[in-house]
Amino acid sequence: MSKPPQRHALSTRIWHWANALSFVILFMSGLNISNAHPHLYWGKWGFSPQDAWLSVARFPGWATIPSHYSLAAARDWHVLFAWIFALGLLAYMLAALVNGHFVRDLVARRREWRPGIFAAEIREYLRFNFAHTGGKYGVMQKLAYALVVFILLPLMIFSGMSISPGMGSAWPWLLDLFGGRQSARSIHFLAAWALFAFLLVHVALVLLTGPFGQMRAMILGGQMDRTLDEAA
Amino acid sequence: MRRRSFVAAAAGLLTAGCSKIAESKLFGGLVDTAERAHRGAHRALGGGGTELAPEYTAADISPFFRGNGSTDVATPEYRAAEAEGFASWQLRVGGLVRRPLVLSLADIRAMPQRTQITRHDCVEGWSAIGQWTGPRLGGMLETAGLQPEARYIVFRCADTLGGAPYYESCDLEDAFHPQTIIAHQLNDAPLPVANGAPLRLRIERQLGYKHAKYLTGIEAVASLEGIGGGGGGYWEDRGYQWYAGI
Repeated sequence: MSKPPQRHALSTRIWHWANALSFVILFMSGLNISNAHPHLYWGKWGFSPQDAWLSVARFPGWATIPSHYSLAAARDWHVLFAWIFALGLLAYMLAALVNGHFVRDLVARRREWRPGIFAAEIREYLRFNFAHTGGKYGVMQKLAYALVVFILLPLMIFSGMSISPGMGSAWPWLLDLFGGRQSARSIHFLAAWALFAFLLVHVALVLLTGPFGQMRAMILGGQMDRTLDEAA
Repeated sequence: MRRRSFVAAAAGLLTAGCSKIAESKLFGGLVDTAERAHRGAHRALGGGGTELAPEYTAADISPFFRGNGSTDVATPEYRAAEAEGFASWQLRVGGLVRRPLVLSLADIRAMPQRTQITRHDCVEGWSAIGQWTGPRLGGMLETAGLQPEARYIVFRCADTLGGAPYYESCDLEDAFHPQTIIAHQLNDAPLPVANGAPLRLRIERQLGYKHAKYLTGIEAVASLEGIGGGGGGYWEDRGYQWYAGI
């Protein structure tokens, strides 16, 4: 009897954990950086709280890296883990193209794009039934993962790049694409919180669908023939 | 078991462990490597290091140009200089140069001028746009003639923060960049005191703290060791990145 294929490829698992660690560090050091000037603007410039479209609360020490206010130390964490975050995503994307993960697991088929399928999936989720028949992920899962992998994560990286004045000089078109540096900074902030919201839902679904099996699969690979516990 | 050790490792890393890691030599080395990699990437992606920071139109100029850090120099000498319109202010260009210069404001105004409308990005996150006028630093350094050992340019300032003199430094690539100027005007008027009167550096591809204000001296050096705290600038000595293009 041949070994059944693994549920998560080694490249996916390595990236998943490297990305999880770097996201948490970037998010928490980012909250420390936000404390330096917790006002967000649209456009090319903005420096005065009266012009801000959003002024956020000061993030408490337990939510920030480091746990005391230090813009210098927070930036150290941020500029270091930005590399792991960006190069990790790039490596994962290349691997997922080569090993077929994107096409096999994340592309929603035409038959899945029907309101009936969505409605049925929502009904099952509301009954806390997370098993899928056929395919690894349900269509809503595919959309959620695609939103994260192809939109939110690249948006984080490119908005972060265009905030840096060196990169804004190297690629001024990127800055124009975001509508100016302060717009890029606002988008960076919003995309970070969107990813945090995804993280909350993701962890909640792991906890609802057999966290031990889910964790084991994302660490050791798991087996394809397990049909339960697949929603997260 | 593996899961438990991962969770324990993650928790350790993200709580007390963070400060331990941050203080370690390894982490410091990794951060320095990351900083150099950002600088290398910016210059490579920009096509070799001479790319210009975006320049804006008069309509983009912000209604006010915020002063930050030192916004004044609280010495009797500076007050006297301000009272006479900085007529006897001197900028010394020295260090590893063949012909040291002592320049007055009149000398600086008589040099070929560059005017640029650029964006100023504070490390805190805010931005302001202003129009700056002054001679190129590169032209001044060519007149003074750099000696071959010169690797960095150090900027000396009249202001102090918390009792320590402000200073900054950059490499020769940024010193000779076409937009790196010694500005004496903001928005067609002499520099306001809050923005560094009478002279400040504009180094457009880097964050605000690199743009040294209240300039008194420009020095070519072979190494940044032994200058200030050795970090290459006031804020660098306090943990900020020397390459402030990030």
